Amino acid sequence: MMNKDRLLTISNLQIEGRQDEQWKPIVRGVDVHLNRGQVLGIIGESGAGKSTIGLAAMGYAREGCRISGGTINFLGQDLRKASERELENIRGFKIAYVAQSAAASFNPSHKLMTQFAEIPLEHKMMSMAEIRQKAVGLYTRLFLPDPEGIGFRYPHQVSGGQLQRAMVAMAMACDPEIIIFDEPTTALDVTTQIEVLSAIKEVISRSNCAAIYITHDLAVVAQLADRIMVLKNGQLVEEGQARTILAEPKEKYTADLLAVRRQVKEIRPAIKEEPLLKVENITAAYKTGLPVLHNVSFDVHRGRTVAVVGESGSGKTSVARVITGFLPQTEGMVYFDGLAMSPFLKRRDKDRLRKWQMIFQMPDVAVNPRHKVKEIIGRPISFYYGSGKKEIRKRVDELLDMIELDPSYVDRYPSELSGGEKQRVCIARALAANPELIICDEVTSALDQLVAEEILKLLQRLQDELKMSYLFITHDLATVKAIADDVVVMYQGRVVEQGARQEVFTPPHHEYTELLLSSVPEMDPDWLDHVLEQRKKKEKNV
Amino acid sequence: MKNLIKLLKTSPISARFGLIVITLSLIVALLAPLLAPYGESEIVAQVWLSSSHDHPLGTDQLGRDMVSRLIYGARNSIAIAFLTTMIAFGVGAILGLIAATTGGWLDNLLSRIVDIFMAFPTLILALMILSILGTSIPVLIVVVALLDSTRVFRLARALAMDIAIMEFVDAARLRGEKTFYIVRREILPNALPALIAEFGLRFCFIFLFISSLSFLGLGIQPPTADWGSMVRENSGAINFGIIAPLYPAGTIALITVSINLVVDWFLQRSAQIRA
Amino acid sequence: MDFLIPLILKRTGFAFLTLFTISILIFVGVEALPGDTAEAILGQGATKENVAALRKELKLDMPVHTRYISWLGDLCQGELGNSLSNGRPVSEMIGWRFKNTLLLASSAAVVSIPLAILLGLICALYQNSWLDKILSTSTLSAISLPEFFVAYLLIVVFVVQFELFPSVAVLKSGMAISEIINILVLPCLTLTLVVLAHMMRMTRATIIGVLSSPYIEMARLKGVRKHKVIFYHALPNALSPIINVVVMDLAWLVVGVVVVEVVFVYPGLGQLLVDSVSKRDIPVVQTSGLIFACTYIFLNLTADVLSIISNPKLRHPK
Repeated sequence: MMNKDRLLTISNLQIEGRQDEQWKPIVRGVDVHLNRGQVLGIIGESGAGKSTIGLAAMGYAREGCRISGGTINFLGQDLRKASERELENIRGFKIAYVAQSAAASFNPSHKLMTQFAEIPLEHKMMSMAEIRQKAVGLYTRLFLPDPEGIGFRYPHQVSGGQLQRAMVAMAMACDPEIIIFDEPTTALDVTTQIEVLSAIKEVISRSNCAAIYITHDLAVVAQLADRIMVLKNGQLVEEGQARTILAEPKEKYTADLLAVRRQVKEIRPAIKEEPLLKVENITAAYKTGLPVLHNVSFDVHRGRTVAVVGESGSGKTSVARVITGFLPQTEGMVYFDGLAMSPFLKRRDKDRLRKWQMIFQMPDVAVNPRHKVKEIIGRPISFYYGSGKKEIRKRVDELLDMIELDPSYVDRYPSELSGGEKQRVCIARALAANPELIICDEVTSALDQLVAEEILKLLQRLQDELKMSYLFITHDLATVKAIADDVVVMYQGRVVEQGARQEVFTPPHHEYTELLLSSVPEMDPDWLDHVLEQRKKKEKNV
Repeated sequence: MKNLIKLLKTSPISARFGLIVITLSLIVALLAPLLAPYGESEIVAQVWLSSSHDHPLGTDQLGRDMVSRLIYGARNSIAIAFLTTMIAFGVGAILGLIAATTGGWLDNLLSRIVDIFMAFPTLILALMILSILGTSIPVLIVVVALLDSTRVFRLARALAMDIAIMEFVDAARLRGEKTFYIVRREILPNALPALIAEFGLRFCFIFLFISSLSFLGLGIQPPTADWGSMVRENSGAINFGIIAPLYPAGTIALITVSINLVVDWFLQRSAQIRA
Repeated sequence: MDFLIPLILKRTGFAFLTLFTISILIFVGVEALPGDTAEAILGQGATKENVAALRKELKLDMPVHTRYISWLGDLCQGELGNSLSNGRPVSEMIGWRFKNTLLLASSAAVVSIPLAILLGLICALYQNSWLDKILSTSTLSAISLPEFFVAYLLIVVFVVQFELFPSVAVLKSGMAISEIINILVLPCLTLTLVVLAHMMRMTRATIIGVLSSPYIEMARLKGVRKHKVIFYHALPNALSPIINVVVMDLAWLVVGVVVVEVVFVYPGLGQLLVDSVSKRDIPVVQTSGLIFACTYIFLNLTADVLSIISNPKLRHPK
């Protein structure tokens, strides 16, 4: 006997993916159900199969994947047995999809309004004039600027956050029963994300359509979902009411995911000695003339971690490029250990170069795929110290031990390593030079949360042992809390605030810092509503 | 060795066909004097005889044995094309890799020059240059090699630029590594598969190009046996219904098709490996 | 559209720079002749008066830069000098020949372009089907074939075996259309076959690339009907690269015509160029070479410009 409100019932779903001529399971027997007006959050790390399940809810499998078992029942119809024609009638009309990257999912050749109107016109729902009106209405409710005119632009003329909302509007064009949101805010800045989240929450609650919200971020899903499903490796870990799971998770995996954002570094008192790295009044611009940094100054002391925080366009990556010599500054100077460093990488002394090393964001491209691990880690040793083969081998083994990898890894190629392991190899490569400072450029941003946490713990252990300084560039405030002693907040190429971590995070602070801190989602399901209320109050007072 | 055999087992028919033809041609080219029944310029019978027991493919326009001419032609045509490709590749690839790695004014200068040369119709340019400088073999090789090196430059540079923006190259630069090390150890190993494929394609193009020049009378001159010139020399036979020019033209086609089939398979495999 | 103009002007400027460089190369190339130019042309048995007269005609007594400028000036005024082999004005020899070459090239273009796009589209849509595999392998072979091979093969089949068409193209003014077509068939077919193969492969690759874009998957997830996905979503984005390939192949066609003209003894500009090169008829070589170069560069420029115009991101900047 079926509940009248039941929209979607998926039973024992099995999906396989093709790898090297073989079919391997991606989703192994998962059940999903969704009622009218409900929001279901699907949570998991990469490889959990959440996106695949979201697509399967529409009866769709990506190229190289196939639905091999189970039933997908939508309003009494089994989508696995439906014809292509029937599926086309349901997709976009009764079940709509919002993709992760709006920029890639809009057709570059057609205006936004044209793409909005496509499906309503196909189903002869309304006249073009009515469609346009509906579009403007949705754009307004989604807080888009210039709702009357934005529909007549091309996708590349609109910013990322706005485009994402335009995609949400397009999904709602036919008033579907279910909307599937596939990581819609993952690629956005935290301050943009909160705008998109509130827009989504607003339209969903008003229209009473059901939604499946897929994400890896538990805090984000906490704001929207009524129920949550936790997935790992294609299987269900835990499922239940959102508030219950957040307050009392039953499984260890869920508890780990919750704990990830709660790490805080102990406070270390500030040091009064000469800084190891001194950045003084740096102004820089790219070759095209576009200015990126204005008068940036900060210090990094021995044995301490300075976090440079900012969103895209803040200039935090450019700071790293100036310090390392890839981007010569137009004004100002960088001092290392009291000595001024030439703005040009090519003119710097090899011995000085040894003292600072860098770890990059994407471990896949940070290591040469044609080099074995022993060459990746061993090269800095032979380059800086000219050591013989035996010495190098001994040192490489030591380093592997430090990064917690088995000695057998020396003969492996990067293609045989996971993302986290590759990042560890990058850390070892940096350590091989015995540096005094390591610049970490978003080193955990491309990793799954649990893996990222292990890397952060490893970095902290190494700092305690070897007394190195870190310059940590990141956009993620949770990471800052976990690892930083001092914080530098950047916005549009300028330093807006800096100081010890506690000071910066405690009010009163700069307006932008306030915006940034308040935009980071917290595990509390009422967080979003609170923040929005507070901001509305502020606007009224101003 | 084991890997090679495994590789061959998974190859499609077209690639195997190509490999067999290429191997045979190399053998013929290397052992030409031992395999040819008659001398390169030896006149042995009447003009344009049809195939017989002594002359399986008949004779050419001067009465020389077609089979022997084809065998010696294999040696000459392939050797000259190979040498030209080596020069074109050497010059183009090295300059391209260096330009991409160093950037700056060197890159700009070389790219501008290459852009201008690539905007010319190569055949026309080659015709004109050769009409002025004459058609001795060294001149031919140098002219064609330099003209074709522009394409190799473009490809090598594009490859290197794709690789050079990856962070492991930045990591090497940051260490203080010199350009020579970066090109040799970081970039080249990653560019090698594509460069090898391009070598095959360039050889085909150069081979066809020199044959066309010879066919038009401006390439390799008689009495040297060369497939392109042989097509030209025997073209009159068509009017009598004798298919003599088809033999050298056919061998040219056979070699270029074979190389293309093998390169295509090679490219498909590397695309699969990367995916 | 105004923002496109600087971009287009830049490309046009580059084209002119290239032409200019070619003209210098062509001119200077003659200077590179070892020994005395006039003597080299006339050969060792020439008398002193003949050499002096030729020197005067070729203006070899003036300094280089003056000569270059005067040559360029003459060229722009249509003053192309006289042929060295038969003394007739070059312009007389070139005009009608150029028309013939254009006729041959355009007939090949008219046949190959629609066919290439259609076949490329079909292969892309039915990727990895038996049809696609057959066509892919045969085009791969076809692009490796030298034109003269294809030409002689066709001659052997259609002329020798079946005696359908002539092997020598004798074009005269005032011929009936049907006769002209009869003469054109084989040369046109030769050119078409080689160009078609290359164009079809590029079209196929382009459309496959477009079909694997995320916005195509998004269209399918919106429930857009399959044929609409192809014609409404995919093709507009494939337009720019396809146009680029087509026009670039046209440029190649203009050059490929040379070998075909020689095989069929077709009275076109290519045939003339090759003949004059072997006779060292410098004024004719210079002029016909320059005309070919101009056409080639102009077509490439058109490809660039059309590609820019059909790219929505460039047409409507932020």
